[in-house]
Amino acid sequence: MIRRQYILTGAGILLVGLLAWAVNRGLDQLIGIRPESAQAVSEPPALLDVPQITATLFYSSTDGQALVPVRQDVALAEGLVPQGREILTAQLQGAPPPYTSVIPEGTQLRAFYVTERGDAFVDLSLEATSRHPGGSFAELLTVYAIVHAVTANLATIQRVQILIDGRETDTLAGHVDLRRPLEQNLSLVRQAPATGPALDIPRIDEVLAPSP
Amino acid sequence: MRGTALFSLAVLVFLLASLPQAQGTAPATPLTLLSREGRRAVPTIVLNGRELIALDEVAALFQATVREDTLAGGITITYGGQIIVISNDQPMASVSGRMIALPSPAARLGNRWFVPLELLPRALAPIYEVPIVLRVVSRLLIVGDLRVPRVTGRIDSAGPPTRATIEISPAAPVSVTTEAGRLLVRIDADALDVGLPPDGAGLIEQMRQDDQPTTVAIVLAGLAGAARAVPTEVDGITRITIGVAGVAAPSSTAAPTAIAPPAVAPSAGAITVPLQARSGALLRTIVIDPGHGGNDVGVRGARGTEEKAITLDVARRLRTLIETRLGIRVILTREDDRAVLLDERAALANNSKADLFLSLHMNAAPVATVAGAEVFYLRLDREGEDARRAAASEAVALPVLGGEGRTIDFIRWDLAQARHVDGSEVFAGILEEYLRARVVMSRRPRQDAPLRVLAGVDMPAASIEMAYLSNPEQEQLALSEDYQNSLAQAMYDAVVSFRAYLEGRGAP
Repeated sequence: MIRRQYILTGAGILLVGLLAWAVNRGLDQLIGIRPESAQAVSEPPALLDVPQITATLFYSSTDGQALVPVRQDVALAEGLVPQGREILTAQLQGAPPPYTSVIPEGTQLRAFYVTERGDAFVDLSLEATSRHPGGSFAELLTVYAIVHAVTANLATIQRVQILIDGRETDTLAGHVDLRRPLEQNLSLVRQAPATGPALDIPRIDEVLAPSP
Repeated sequence: MRGTALFSLAVLVFLLASLPQAQGTAPATPLTLLSREGRRAVPTIVLNGRELIALDEVAALFQATVREDTLAGGITITYGGQIIVISNDQPMASVSGRMIALPSPAARLGNRWFVPLELLPRALAPIYEVPIVLRVVSRLLIVGDLRVPRVTGRIDSAGPPTRATIEISPAAPVSVTTEAGRLLVRIDADALDVGLPPDGAGLIEQMRQDDQPTTVAIVLAGLAGAARAVPTEVDGITRITIGVAGVAAPSSTAAPTAIAPPAVAPSAGAITVPLQARSGALLRTIVIDPGHGGNDVGVRGARGTEEKAITLDVARRLRTLIETRLGIRVILTREDDRAVLLDERAALANNSKADLFLSLHMNAAPVATVAGAEVFYLRLDREGEDARRAAASEAVALPVLGGEGRTIDFIRWDLAQARHVDGSEVFAGILEEYLRARVVMSRRPRQDAPLRVLAGVDMPAASIEMAYLSNPEQEQLALSEDYQNSLAQAMYDAVVSFRAYLEGRGAP
């Protein structure tokens, strides 16, 4: 009798153990998902918790002749400056197909701030100059992708000055004058057929409270 | 009651007085439209320094449909199913979705809309079935595939013997005949774009376009004797060298061929004549700026071609052309492979009191298929416009020793180009025109941009991107001697034409 109780207790523990293993690890294998993928799948819910907003970012057209505005989801942030950082961080990343990025690879956003006059300052890492291929046109595309990413989305900002590594700079690669803040240059922008008019979309900061 | 009537009368007088200004003024020389159907004058107006054409004229000339879109706040031109949208408050238009910059917005005067003349080549040309070319200097609007070479002339030596040169670019077949005290140069072309000097010298009374539209007449003075004209073709230009001797003494048996015109234009300084002296007063020194240098190689092509080497090669070729043919002093911002700061380049031009600045570069794009040459002039933003206005309004007259006065201009040193932007735009237009005759242009042949090297230059200035080194075919092309010569020749032609523009305007 006692021996039978031991056997039942042992079987029960084994069953609970099996269940625990199945719950913790085994289910993944049973439904055919590898652990790396599972981890990947488990991340989006965390991202989805972050509110998104649609911003207009600027990339080279497929024929390389102009900038095209492309609407992309970026994280919603509270206030003008944090939102500007989110937009620029997205702008500095690679372009969605079929477009080409005009920002030198590896360029990071060091800082973004706005003066009382409404001029924005975009501080980029050294890669923006050291890895730039040169040429007036390529340089114009790089500079105005940044200028337009800020001014097309943040309506209160009319001018943008680019800094490199925290300092004022002459040019990125010997051509475009960066000593002063720059205004939009619509002659470099071609409207993307799929997205409709780019510059008449509601701007993000029209629905955002200005940052303190 | 009486006061109200007086006030109304004053308002009426003011409105009537301001009417002529609101209507704009006619340009000094009317615009001429050249097409297969012939030539005709096109009415335009000048308003705030910009030349405008009425939209109803555009509709009639090009069989386009014009409509005012009150909802969108703009005007549309429809041609062949394609639409141009013109903003009435911004200096821009949209052509099938592509934004085009214009020198000024559309303007409404009375019940008519006027648009900048540049709308025709920039916005209408891309959707029109035949080319539309605007030649600013010669006041020509060319519609269709017409051969309209530029014909320029100069008196090289008053003599006697009097020597002169006529150049036809691009080259065209010519025949020269003599007739009752005139040399007639008939040019095989559809029309001529003539830039001849207004006055003659020595034994040549005048060089002018004949009643026959493709003929140039050289009118000889009464004392002229034998005359000879020798056409040659060099670098894509037909050059006719002319020699006119004085009347021979009665005992002389000199043959008409006694005059041997020089095979090439006389070298600088060999002969001093009034016309050359006058030209020199307006365009004495040109600074050519070969971009990059030293550690700054500029763009590097896939085969390793470096921008700094091509810019220096073309700059040297251009210098040779200008110095030997025009006798104008040319300074390069670098003579060899060394780094020169952008401010040093501008300072060299300013300190040399140069009359023209030309920066040479090679281009790059994120997509390898992008090709063609481009011309840039400085884009002024709000700050630049402020600097331009300040320069115009803040000149101060200071007394100097001897009781005379001297006017001092105030201009920001880092925006010295602001007051020359109009001249630079004209120069850029001329460069585009002559480059287009010899090399492939990009889809953006002429642009304004905030280019650092141009900002501090205190004279008309432009920058040329000669080809895309990011395009393997263009890289190969850029290395060829033919291409570099074509570029240099086109820039030389543009310098000659800009000099004619300055002479016609009477001041730099």
